[in-house]
Amino acid sequence: MVGTSLTPADEVLNRNRPLFPRDPAWSNYREALTVLPFHLFLKNTLLVALLCTIGQTLSAACVAFAFARLRFPGRDALFLIVLSTMMLPPQVTMIPTFIMFTIPGWIDSLKPLIVPSFFGGGAFFIFLLRQFFLTIPIELEEAARLDGCSTFGVFRHVILPNSKPALTTVALFAFIGHWNDFLGPLIYTQSMGNKTLAVGLSAFKSLHGNDYHLLMAASVAVLVPILVIFFFSQRYFVEGIVTTGVKG
Amino acid sequence: MTPRQRREALEALLFLSPWILGFVLFTAGPIIASIVLSFFKWDVISPAKFVGLANYRYLFHDRILVKSLVNTIVYAAMYIPGAIVVSLAMAMLLNQQLRGMRLFRTIFYIPTLTQGVATFTLWSIVLEPEIGLLNRGLRVFTDHPPGWLTDPAWAKPALVIMALWSVGGMMLVFLAGLKNIPEQLYEAAEIDGAGRLARFRHVTVPMLSPTIFFNTIMATIGSFQVFAAAFILTGGGPSNATMFYVYYLFNRAFVYFNMGYASAMAWLLFAIVLALTVLQIRLGRKWVHYG
Repeated sequence: MVGTSLTPADEVLNRNRPLFPRDPAWSNYREALTVLPFHLFLKNTLLVALLCTIGQTLSAACVAFAFARLRFPGRDALFLIVLSTMMLPPQVTMIPTFIMFTIPGWIDSLKPLIVPSFFGGGAFFIFLLRQFFLTIPIELEEAARLDGCSTFGVFRHVILPNSKPALTTVALFAFIGHWNDFLGPLIYTQSMGNKTLAVGLSAFKSLHGNDYHLLMAASVAVLVPILVIFFFSQRYFVEGIVTTGVKG
Repeated sequence: MTPRQRREALEALLFLSPWILGFVLFTAGPIIASIVLSFFKWDVISPAKFVGLANYRYLFHDRILVKSLVNTIVYAAMYIPGAIVVSLAMAMLLNQQLRGMRLFRTIFYIPTLTQGVATFTLWSIVLEPEIGLLNRGLRVFTDHPPGWLTDPAWAKPALVIMALWSVGGMMLVFLAGLKNIPEQLYEAAEIDGAGRLARFRHVTVPMLSPTIFFNTIMATIGSFQVFAAAFILTGGGPSNATMFYVYYLFNRAFVYFNMGYASAMAWLLFAIVLALTVLQIRLGRKWVHYG
């Protein structure tokens, strides 16, 4: 892949060319990333992925806290409803949600991609965090309450600080999920200036699909940030999946 | 309810409020709207027209829809067993007590993280018939390697091969399941004279059956969602060979703006996936062992 991305244009279609070019054409990267406004795609993707990560992690933590640590009537039934939303194909809600976002005129903006993240964070993350919150010793909470901590205080000063690994897992999954998300930006963004990297790269492929060296350069540029993040945080991914897998 | 319990319930309501609002706005509301919409003909611009069950009736006369459903089932029939076998094999490799397994676990998981448009475009070059890496390798054995994404007969297998590349999530779930099998069971089987294959059949498979069951259901749901890979790599072609159900639904909704018909399609999808899940749970009672 990297080899193709560095192969000069006139050599790409040669069947017998070496996998890695002898004379790397670094200019392919500059060319690929300036044909379309990749700096705008990057800015949009970062904006969406960062805000969604904050929204999903925070709101899923609030909801998971209520399910794990507070007593209220109908808790188990409600939790079952949360889980059952995972079964529903996203296509069922996608169309009415799209029509709903036409009302405030949010189509061709990033708002429909960001705003829903602040409302609960999704059943999977709620489930994952609830499982983790259940493992935090109740004595810590009781001690905090004796010291006069309110419920919010328990959440803020006992639960959150003791859940950093789980919160990191959720944040990383959320970030990667939104970085790779394709269908959402495909539906909601139209003009070039509003596209994210995923749909921008897809547009690039349909415009320059046969310029393999440029296509590879653009793809590699989109992949590298994810690989860097993964490299520094890989244990959170693996442990996060294992926790949900065993209990799910 | 004592005042204290009432206070706790109110606090719970406050913490739950983001989810409750989101559920009403983005799940329950749209579900109701989608049911209503499926009885209408609406292109977003002109006024909606009530058509009763016409959308649902047309589903079974729509030849592209039937084709897309068959395509999806063929894809699922290749993907589900393939994904189970590949991810279980990778998990068993990683379960060996050797040094450096953490590194391999990381490497095996990378394709799962990077799946998305960038990986699909990388694959478009690997699968390219003339200069692609895959066919450059295959030409060592044969003069006429398949045209992959350009050949209607090979396009679906090509997408399955690509999808099997990123089964890291299932692999990790299997790995966790394997680690939970007590070592004594293998030792006992070995004393009874069981070979490697017999130990796999009579210890690993039954002990792992709840995990296999879980992964099968997840793979089924996932395979009915196949969309982005076809959208980017084949555009549904060649000659609709990779026009999958969700892809066709997307076209109906966001290319032709048949919002009512697409809603009916979404409910048919829900019914199919639900029926398959219930069926698997029924069948599961026969072969899944809970320790």
